Amino acid sequence: MEIEFLYFEECPSHGPALERLRELLRREGLKADVRITRVETDEEARRLDFPGSPTIRVDGRDIDPEGAAASPVGLFCRVYRTPDGRFSPLPPEELIRKALRRADGRTGD
Amino acid sequence: MALRIGADAPAFELKNVDGTTVSLDSLKNGAGALAIVFSCNHCPYVLAWEDRLIQIARDYAPRGARFALINANDPVKYPADSFPEMQSRAKMKAYPFPYLFDETQEVARAYGAERTPEVFLFDSSGKLAYHGAPDDNYDDPSGVRRHYLREALDAVLAGSPPPVAETPPVGCTIKWK
Repeated sequence: MEIEFLYFEECPSHGPALERLRELLRREGLKADVRITRVETDEEARRLDFPGSPTIRVDGRDIDPEGAAASPVGLFCRVYRTPDGRFSPLPPEELIRKALRRADGRTGD
Repeated sequence: MALRIGADAPAFELKNVDGTTVSLDSLKNGAGALAIVFSCNHCPYVLAWEDRLIQIARDYAPRGARFALINANDPVKYPADSFPEMQSRAKMKAYPFPYLFDETQEVARAYGAERTPEVFLFDSSGKLAYHGAPDDNYDDPSGVRRHYLREALDAVLAGSPPPVAETPPVGCTIKWK
């Protein structure tokens, strides 16, 4: 399993998001290399198709493909929706867990 | 650098989403406390705290507290933060406070604001009493342990200094021209 974690330094949720990702990997009993990329310029953001910080891709697939498609590409802080409909700068656990299980060949929750 | 605790509120006159012009003096006039919150439309931290700020403003209005939100982001770089988009946001969320456009960014610079949201709470004499984040948990309202702004409002409206006067603002950076 390959995981990419992309972030923009000015959005402070990247630290807690990375902690959340690593904690979920541990809880799910999964081992994966997490490749961390700091996005620093608009050009880099375009080249990486970066829909805001933080962005997590598991085996090349965004944990929230619909959200990524709806987000502008650039040096933004990314908006996530929680299962109960709230906005958050942190990717919800459920999205990360689902993406990890899908990549691990398990389905659903 | 942001205003220091005890500093006077820098004056301003800014365009409100309803088309009127709102001044600091008009906001201060008779207020027991005045919260100036640098904000915007696009930032997820603003969105995460938005309903809580609206509720705080509603809860404390009967006690003499006033709120105003100021958006200083460059709308060329961030079209979601343009004045028409501000008008739409304020209408959709039924903001109970003015939402002001700092087009020249001079007000944000005068306050030393750097993030959205970033709270500057002034007491009845116009001195800065609290500066920082609304509370200690942007992600989960049910996980808040310290309600910094509510605690500061309670103190200021009782004529006391807030238990916590400063916290690091947490949010998106203001998008300068």
